Amino acid sequence: MARIELQQLAHAYRPNPTVPADYALRPMTMTWDDGGAYALLGPSGCGKTTLLNIISGLVKPSHGRVLFDGKDVTDLPPEARNIAQVFQFPVIYDTMTVFDNLAFPLRNRGWKEAAIRQRVEHVGAMLELSGDLKHRASGLSVDAKQKISLGRGLVRPDVAAVLFDEPLTVIDPHLKWLLRRKLKEIHHELKLSLIYVTHDQIEALTFADQVVVMTQGEVVQTGSAQDLFEQPQHTFVGYFIGNPGMNLLACTVADGMAGIGGHHFPLPAAVWQALEPLQHSSGGQARLGIRPEYVECLAAPQDGSLPATIISMRDLGTHYLAEFQLGANRVAAKLARSAGQPGAMAWLHFPPQRTLYYVNEQRVA
Amino acid sequence: MKTYNNRAWFLILPVIICVAFSAILPLMTIVNYSVQDIISPTQKIFVGMEWFRSVMRDSDLHGALSRQLVFSLAVLLIQIPLGVLIALAMPASGWRASLALVLIALPLLIPWNVVGTIWQIFGRDDIGLLGHAINAAGISYNYTGSSIDAWVTVLVMDVWHWTPLVVLLAYAGLRSIPDAYYQAARIDGASRWAVFRFIELPKMRNVLMIAVLLRFMDSFMIYTEPFVLTGGGPGNATTFLSQYLTQKAVGQFDLGPAAAFSLIYFLIILLFCFVLYTWMQRLGTGDQK
Repeated sequence: MARIELQQLAHAYRPNPTVPADYALRPMTMTWDDGGAYALLGPSGCGKTTLLNIISGLVKPSHGRVLFDGKDVTDLPPEARNIAQVFQFPVIYDTMTVFDNLAFPLRNRGWKEAAIRQRVEHVGAMLELSGDLKHRASGLSVDAKQKISLGRGLVRPDVAAVLFDEPLTVIDPHLKWLLRRKLKEIHHELKLSLIYVTHDQIEALTFADQVVVMTQGEVVQTGSAQDLFEQPQHTFVGYFIGNPGMNLLACTVADGMAGIGGHHFPLPAAVWQALEPLQHSSGGQARLGIRPEYVECLAAPQDGSLPATIISMRDLGTHYLAEFQLGANRVAAKLARSAGQPGAMAWLHFPPQRTLYYVNEQRVA
Repeated sequence: MKTYNNRAWFLILPVIICVAFSAILPLMTIVNYSVQDIISPTQKIFVGMEWFRSVMRDSDLHGALSRQLVFSLAVLLIQIPLGVLIALAMPASGWRASLALVLIALPLLIPWNVVGTIWQIFGRDDIGLLGHAINAAGISYNYTGSSIDAWVTVLVMDVWHWTPLVVLLAYAGLRSIPDAYYQAARIDGASRWAVFRFIELPKMRNVLMIAVLLRFMDSFMIYTEPFVLTGGGPGNATTFLSQYLTQKAVGQFDLGPAAAFSLIYFLIILLFCFVLYTWMQRLGTGDQK
């Protein structure tokens, strides 16, 4: 069991980084609690695998420290850390049986054969591999192989955290669901810390208690699924999470009023208080963020509503997915009923409590 | 309704004709020679298995065959492990990898008879660097006089010429192993030997099988190098099967026995390749315990 702390951690593949773009991983300080299930979510190339490899010790960070339970492990090799890692493609030792595969980490650590047998049989039963223990690992299906990869981590009783690097990429959709449930069960049973790298938001949000969203080598927000959905602190979180992502509309703010496409509406007092000090640096520009789920469409103009043109209206069975032209912006909305044919006028209303404001990509209010 | 006829045969006719002219007809010519005593173009006698029987009783053949087997075995035992070792030691990427590959591959570009000539001069005790150096070190070395020296020289020559092929194949096999295997092995606490034994060797199995088959077939048919070096001597120390065959067919013009032996030679190579292939396929598959 271990609490993982990252102190001023950063990594650059080139020496002497100066500008932020030189970093594969920009400086970050974070603490991950013992026994938590965390997901690192971000697009390809955002540095999440680099971060994972630094924690497991496969990559040595160029800056900062990694601490397990307060103990500095930055300079320790992977085999000396109590960490297991599961990779994107199942790694199995082809010539060995399933039993020997699972026993391999223990044999390397000089365990007695009787203790190995007991431990491997226990883990094999937990992963539902008991019937295959005597079979050659290379003949099994991909999901069974991925379970073996996981099992080689779980057999070691000293393992404090299991790291997953997009482990379900090569698994069939219906097996994905079973494996993810298995992972959840193991998490509850063994109380291990799990860190799970993925670019799939559904996978991250259903698996983890806390999701760490990364982009361009930077952690932009850490939070629960609900936090990330309702309170995105960064525009990237807004449009990366959700399907479709958050609408982000360029707007002007001045004198307590917001303007989009020449139409103005009053800002709530608290929002204006937050935006006013930034007037100089932002030049009166901000971005308004609203989830498609919260956009309201009115049949007639109302106080604070904005006129828009319907571009498309698709019936998705459970709801309508509508797209509107609002000034220079496109606005997506999920509506309970059709608001009219493409080309028709509509009035959009953004509920103030669901509307967020961003300056320089960061949430202000 | 389906129609059943033999029209499909017409579609494979071009292939049959090509194979007939390139392989079957020449082979049948050999078969033809091997069962007849051709005295003149107009006079030939069917002798049945007579040539086969006489060739099988030939003690020169027995000598050549056993020399050949020992030679091919030595080639495999030296070149395969050596090739794998060199491939493991080579850099994985960057300009060093390219440089190493070019240097390693150079011997492969040299024609057989040139290789023979190079070593023939290189090994001479009067003007050859190698031969002179060995003799100067106090070891008597003379490939024209000593059977063992000649035999070892041919072996070293073959190792120098063909180990690079094994290196290239093994190197290609090693480079195709994903990084995740090495990373997982580190996390599992595997030793360097365990990484080789359980990851690298199994992943190289297919390319090594090709290497073993190629090196076996080539070494079993070796002709040019011993021919250039000593012409099969001293005595018949480096007379391998090909030399024996050439002596029979071209030297003594015994076409019947030569043809009979060609067929036996062909079958021996086929048999060995089949056995090696089956054995290596089995290796590392099938359940244990």
